[in-house]
Amino acid sequence: MSTAGLPPSTETTATAKPLVPLTTLAAVIRSKNSGPFELTLDVFFRSESIYQRAKARQIISAALIAGLYGVPPESVLDVVYFDAAAAVKVTLARPVSSGSPRDTDVYGAQQHMPLADALVPWEVAANEANAVA
Amino acid sequence: MNRMRLLSPTAILGYGFPVESFQEGMSHRPDVIGVDAGSTDPGPYYLGQGKPFVDERAVMRDLALLIPAAKTAGIPLIIGTAGGSGARPHVEVCLSQVERVAWRLGLRLEVAVIHADVPAAEVRRALEANRITPLSFVPELTPATVEQCGHIVAQMGMEPIMAALSAGPDLVLAGRCYDPAVFAGPAVLHGFDPGLSLHLGKILECAAIAAAPGSGRDCVLGTLEPGCFSVTTLSDNRRFTVQSVAAHTMYEKSHPYLLPGPGGILDLSMVHFTQLDERSVQVQGSEFRAGRATVKIEGAQRVGYRTFSLCGIRDRTMLGMLEEVFATLRAAVADNFGPEDYLLTFRVYGRDGVMGPLEPQPQVQGHEVGLVIDVVAPSQEQAAAVCGFVRSTALHLGYPGRISTAGNLAFPFSPSDVDAGPVYEFAVYHIMEIDDPLALFPITFLTLGEGYTPATAGDAR
Repeated sequence: MSTAGLPPSTETTATAKPLVPLTTLAAVIRSKNSGPFELTLDVFFRSESIYQRAKARQIISAALIAGLYGVPPESVLDVVYFDAAAAVKVTLARPVSSGSPRDTDVYGAQQHMPLADALVPWEVAANEANAVA
Repeated sequence: MNRMRLLSPTAILGYGFPVESFQEGMSHRPDVIGVDAGSTDPGPYYLGQGKPFVDERAVMRDLALLIPAAKTAGIPLIIGTAGGSGARPHVEVCLSQVERVAWRLGLRLEVAVIHADVPAAEVRRALEANRITPLSFVPELTPATVEQCGHIVAQMGMEPIMAALSAGPDLVLAGRCYDPAVFAGPAVLHGFDPGLSLHLGKILECAAIAAAPGSGRDCVLGTLEPGCFSVTTLSDNRRFTVQSVAAHTMYEKSHPYLLPGPGGILDLSMVHFTQLDERSVQVQGSEFRAGRATVKIEGAQRVGYRTFSLCGIRDRTMLGMLEEVFATLRAAVADNFGPEDYLLTFRVYGRDGVMGPLEPQPQVQGHEVGLVIDVVAPSQEQAAAVCGFVRSTALHLGYPGRISTAGNLAFPFSPSDVDAGPVYEFAVYHIMEIDDPLALFPITFLTLGEGYTPATAGDAR
């Protein structure tokens, strides 16, 4: 499991927030081209309440994505939370354009696992434990 | 018109659909059938080479159901981005398929054909007038690049489709087209709100991909009314849910709720989804904000020819020193062929074959890897020569600690090397300012059938 850019979960201290896998908070984590020069990552949270907390804490940020994918922050075009879908969208530059000689994934459909493997800081209030479980 | 029904049979012309769900859709008496036939998803080859990416037999199967159904119902069939990329050769291939279906079924068809090619001279003029801007992460366009692209197309908006429909054809066959326009065009022509019409078009152009479970080969129905639209599935095993429709709104886009298109931006920030019944969702609040008249232009440039060889490696010692082996091979090619103009890529499946430079764990962790020796060179012959040399050298290469002195690679196929033909890359993916949303897209009207025999009728399947 990738923990790039984040402290290991075992080092949780009184001041650090516990880390949970993003897959416990999100039911769908996907990647796809948005045009031949961009890769877009969509994360759909498991519930409205999880989404609202994730948005309030901005648990997915350009810095997190840059760390997970090993790219400079300026390669991350946008991180946008979308209330109507309880989702966040991240758009970043492709390493090379779709289908060009060095490309590895023409549709961009298998670039999601570093994000799916991410551990994110998450404190669960007692009244929300069930929603996350 | 107070209510308009739009039937979307399939995500891409030729991806198919169940006859039952299509008949169910027709029983709702739709006012139009729309089909998106294209995408840039399969990569630059198809636009560059002027080839469709969907097999002809599959396209003919869909057309043979859609054309007579639309004709019998007296409603237009609208096909957008014909032939996959929507350049002239693609439109001509699709027109030939339509001709053969009409001829075989004995149908007389009034067809409006809209081309979407942009002459290189026109792009150069726009470039000189500073009317072309790249999209994010796209290189600046140069006159040399414009010359090297075989086909440059522009994505037409709703206007050319509306103009074609005004003449009352049976079929509109459009070249490169903003995907939602095949549905939004007829809707706006009938007086519906452009924001709702475009948002509905964005969902319908992917057919049941926006449903749960998703499918690219099932029919769905959209219904427009003043102030809202709804989408419903036409198969019992599939439904639209608020989640599936909301999720689809974000699909393949840079931004979740600001969707720029020809002539303006679709703003979905105030959109509201309501579950109407078990398989239908109602949508309100989609807004179109008109802006400058622009089109997106697309072009692909040939960058060489590819030969590749597919093999596997099982030897543990070799798996531990792949990079050293690859460096030795690169040196051997340079020694043998000199500083030739080729690109040699070792694609290691089981390490970083899928993610390349984005892979956070670029180590071999399993007991075997798949290796693709990939060579792109200025000619097919050069690519084949370099690939063959790398393959034979790699097979018998000695390396420290080697125990498998009879050979290093497992080839599944004979021949081991495959000539994959020309390789393209997207070189034009820019926004071009225009004066008139119709001017780039000439419309011609044809009558097919009745005493007319297509040149290729003998091929009709």
